[in-house]
Amino acid sequence: MTLKVRIRHALGAFTLGAAFEAPEGVTALFGRSGAGKTTIAHAVAGLIRPEDARIEVAGRVLTDTSLRLHVPPHRRRIGYVFQDGRLFPHMSVARNLDYARRADPAERARVVEMLGIGHLLPRRPGGLSGGEKQRVAIGRALLSRPDLLVMDEPLAALDEARKAEILPWLERLKGEGGVPILYVSHSVPEVARLATTVVALGGGQVIAAGPAERILADPRLAPALGLREAGAVLTGIIAAQAEDGLTEIDVPGGRLVLPRIAGAIGMRVRIRIAASDVILSRARPEGLSALNILPARVSEIHEGDGPGVMVALETGGAPILARITRRSANALNLAPGETCHAVVKSVSVAQGDVGTVTSSVIDSPGHQA
Amino acid sequence: MTAWLGSEEWQAVALSLRVAAVATLVSLPFGVAMAILLARGRFWGRGLLNGLVHLPLVLPPVVTGYLLLVTLGRTAPLGRALEDWFGLVFAFRWTGAALAAAVMAFPLMVRSIRLSVEAVDPGLEAAAGTLGANRLRVFTTVTLPLIAPGILAGCVLAFAKAMGEFGATITFVSNIPGETQTLPTAIYAFLQVPGGEGSALRLVAVSVAISVGAVLLSEAISVRLARRVAGR
Repeated sequence: MTLKVRIRHALGAFTLGAAFEAPEGVTALFGRSGAGKTTIAHAVAGLIRPEDARIEVAGRVLTDTSLRLHVPPHRRRIGYVFQDGRLFPHMSVARNLDYARRADPAERARVVEMLGIGHLLPRRPGGLSGGEKQRVAIGRALLSRPDLLVMDEPLAALDEARKAEILPWLERLKGEGGVPILYVSHSVPEVARLATTVVALGGGQVIAAGPAERILADPRLAPALGLREAGAVLTGIIAAQAEDGLTEIDVPGGRLVLPRIAGAIGMRVRIRIAASDVILSRARPEGLSALNILPARVSEIHEGDGPGVMVALETGGAPILARITRRSANALNLAPGETCHAVVKSVSVAQGDVGTVTSSVIDSPGHQA
Repeated sequence: MTAWLGSEEWQAVALSLRVAAVATLVSLPFGVAMAILLARGRFWGRGLLNGLVHLPLVLPPVVTGYLLLVTLGRTAPLGRALEDWFGLVFAFRWTGAALAAAVMAFPLMVRSIRLSVEAVDPGLEAAAGTLGANRLRVFTTVTLPLIAPGILAGCVLAFAKAMGEFGATITFVSNIPGETQTLPTAIYAFLQVPGGEGSALRLVAVSVAISVGAVLLSEAISVRLARRVAGR
């Protein structure tokens, strides 16, 4: 385990009480605002002194209140990317990057190239765009050669265009950086694209923790993650780039046809299929405009308080979620074990929901949380 | 300049510059420390300390000068102790003039630096910490450069105040030509004797020139510093 956290800390009205472990790769600390995510991130980096906690990173105990142990932030080797970047305004980008003084020139050149910030080096942070600032902040944190990189909502302050600009860099970092990441976020699409492990927080407690595919496809967790945003993640391989601007992707349950995804044939991609974009049909539909029809088996139906139900399906061994009305579920006689067809409209899978997989961690289906 | 100014006048100008410079430079580290303590510190008695620092601003200068005389005069216990241990004598010496000027200028210096400390985002210092910088390095590489404009403004204010200090100086160290006679006390002395108006006027002109020069210089430097701190 790269990161082991157990923490109890009073936060105004409610008490944060969480414990989790995170393996290599990207661990998303996920939850709504006020769930205690940032408090945990701050405690890991040593920026606050929790009342009762034990925090271990890469085999080093950094906080243990029972031993009155609190390693100061500058000796923790935890890189921290803040939501607002926090670049030093009185230094050039180059001097910001070199602030940590721990990296060798080759490492610096590699990070600068990976994040595409070479042309920014002589400039001052004041003149950079939000996305550029965040890339520099990530580079600066990486160059301190941390044992763990904490990213606290690094995209939250950016608009959609800037997010789309920076997400590929984060995916690249995940694949090439080699450094484990604790990624704090309240955004399901971001988590779906980046996380290998998800720790879901709610009301100061861990609601669920495990591999991203499993957590995101768990119908019981959907209300906590946000019904509108709930959706499973499929990993597929680009099979063909059609001439009409569509990309064909082989997923475990069949073949999906989606709007153009840049990438060579054979490249692995992650696709988030929002539960509300999935239609269910008992018979294989004919004469339908939707291009994606995956045979599926119902594994679980989770009824909430409202008129909708969350249906967990299995397609070729991979889980997906569908959100339909209770009336439809009854009309179709859906029950665990029953077979049906999941229909996904091609254009409903947004570009932002597709990410490239460069990490090897996700390739092993049985990876441990 | 020496030809234009009489030797006694020149003496007063040179002494004033020395007194103001020493007063500003010696009180600067204390001013920075006090400003940070008042801006960031959370301790019992902070309000009291704040009031104490600002006291010379509201007390009649003569009172401040008299209090200095009572505590640091050669017959006072503290004054004697300083003389015995460090060879430091303040009463009726130029060092006393510098001390009086420093005490009077201290609140202005602290105020100006404190405002700039309060404007520093503590998040930047936290970020520096996560990058492996210890507290000293955080202070010298992040905090200090960011409060530099405030420090400069504080120094100029303190220097100007020290140049013009009159009441506390004349009460504490009197008006001894060549030892404690600064610009304002010299102007005052020249106005007391018949035919001294010419000397007084020349000193007034020097005084105005120094003040205007100081303000222009600080303005020029602070514009550059502010641009640097703003990150452009």
